[in-house]
Amino acid sequence: MEDARPRISRQQLPLERCALLQGQWTAAMLAQASAWEGLQRELQAACRGEAQVQRWDLRGLLRLDHTGAQLLWNAWGRQWPAQLEALPGQRAVLERVARFSVALPSFRRRSAGQLFQSLGRQVLGVVAHLQGMLRLIGQLLLDTLRLLRHPKRGPWRDFSGHLYHIGATALPITALVGFLIGVVLAYLISQQLKLFGADPFIVNILGLSLIRELGPVLAAILIAGRSGSSITAQIGVMRVTEEIDAMRVLGIARGYRLVLPRVMALALAMPLLSVWTTLAAMLGGMLASDIVMGVTPAYFISTLPNAVEASNLTLAVGKSAVFGVLIALVGCHYGLRVKPNTESLGQGTTASVVTSITVVILVDAVFAVVFKDVGL
Amino acid sequence: MSSGKPVVEIDNLASVFRTAGQEFVVHKNLNLRIDAGELLSIVGGSGSGKTVLLRQILGLETPRAGRITVLGRPAVQLSDDGAASRVGMLFQHGALFSAFSVLDNIAFPLRELGTLPEALVRDAALVKLQMVGLDVAQAHKMPADLSGGMVKRVALARALIMDPPLLLLDEPTAGLDPDSADALCDLLRSLHRELGLTVVMVTHDLDTLFELSTRVAVLADQKVIVSGAPREVMGFAHPFIRDFFLGERGQRAVALLHQPPIAV
Repeated sequence: MEDARPRISRQQLPLERCALLQGQWTAAMLAQASAWEGLQRELQAACRGEAQVQRWDLRGLLRLDHTGAQLLWNAWGRQWPAQLEALPGQRAVLERVARFSVALPSFRRRSAGQLFQSLGRQVLGVVAHLQGMLRLIGQLLLDTLRLLRHPKRGPWRDFSGHLYHIGATALPITALVGFLIGVVLAYLISQQLKLFGADPFIVNILGLSLIRELGPVLAAILIAGRSGSSITAQIGVMRVTEEIDAMRVLGIARGYRLVLPRVMALALAMPLLSVWTTLAAMLGGMLASDIVMGVTPAYFISTLPNAVEASNLTLAVGKSAVFGVLIALVGCHYGLRVKPNTESLGQGTTASVVTSITVVILVDAVFAVVFKDVGL
Repeated sequence: MSSGKPVVEIDNLASVFRTAGQEFVVHKNLNLRIDAGELLSIVGGSGSGKTVLLRQILGLETPRAGRITVLGRPAVQLSDDGAASRVGMLFQHGALFSAFSVLDNIAFPLRELGTLPEALVRDAALVKLQMVGLDVAQAHKMPADLSGGMVKRVALARALIMDPPLLLLDEPTAGLDPDSADALCDLLRSLHRELGLTVVMVTHDLDTLFELSTRVAVLADQKVIVSGAPREVMGFAHPFIRDFFLGERGQRAVALLHQPPIAV
């Protein structure tokens, strides 16, 4: 087997120094670290200094590809050497490299003015987001009216499909997370209550915090991550594959067929999931209280109605429905803004999840302030 | 490369697709041999498994049975390290990385080697960019801003970045306007000649087929029913060949082939 390592050997002729190129001068061979460093030294020695070579002989090469030729051409200072012995094929490759070796037009650096302008663009971008959101909500209202006028022609098949994917398939994960949070909370609270000997109050604390706050918010955050992202990805891919344009050309209202069923499905599924998560969390908290503090499930259940007013349940369910609508709207909004390339799809999905979770927590805070007199 | 050894050798290939519990035989006892320096076109009806065959040559899909040897190695090993120096593939829709600029797309395989200095990588990518007939000014554009013909050219430049001896093309002219398709054909022909590439392409476009191919392999009845120069293949008696070459579109392409080129 011939030695494929790219290398230069020197030949001392009476009148001139000659460099014999050997091995395979191809990208794959050149990129081997061991070969590359030695070759780099040999090339530099051959091109400048006392031992500069006058005559280059390429005929002994096993292979010369464009990367190898580029390396040579750059080493030669982008001009033909005084004497070159090369086969016609090698010469053709070198000539092509010589012809196409040009300076790359540089990226223009951004000036201060442009930075200022890009700040302005970002502000306008936020405004555009708000406008888009507003338009989406307006369209949703119109579509709802249309649905109320002709309920039989509603997108019910889409609705039931989304209900299944968003709601039913999320049951196991929300139950698991809720249960574990309930257990964790019960353990933490029990430590503190034991200090004061106020063990029975665990029912009040767990009941109120889980039913009023944690259940709905936890479910909403899980669904925002799970279904908000999938809504954005679905609509975003439809955008990338021009399906949205096709719908428009076919005269099918995208708000009515894409946004409305998703919003309806989430508005219905979210309260149900919230109740389900709360139940799982209560179960976890109840079992943990029994184990840690000896508060029996029977006592827990009998005390709960007195500890937590029923209006808390109404509040939680109503809040969840709002969360559901918001998650769906944010998901659709970012999905419809996706530009037809994969990078934009990724950015849109991330932005959608982050925004919807933020919006959920923000709106929850608003609810907490507005309804501070209800059920407490 | 020694001329006697085939670049691609396919022996008794069998592939089966399974959809909804039903098995659908795509290839059965398929044999094909592609020699160095050939420009082979694979033609066949829809669903005759042309693209599947191309993907199997690339090692992207594993056949049910049979052996595929590419450049003396089993096809499944083709995508190991340094694959770009063995084979180039032009995907039907270009498959450019949309997060990278044109130049970064072309330079990607070279840069991934990790050893070569950035300046050399950039120069090499610029050479390939211009070799496929694009202007240096396009180097910083993003794939989303390119036209269909330009996407194919960039994808071709990327496939050729490490000068692989074998180039595979999936419908190179599909979706291009006649001008761009002609330009791409000219480009492919000159690259084939200058670089001594072995080219395998799947095409429906008869003009491209007659213009470029040194050999045509016809896929029908789950195997290669005939392969040879375009004219020889046309003479073979088989319903698919009659419909494909001697249909109205085929006649037109053949008629053009017989006409002397317009004097310049």
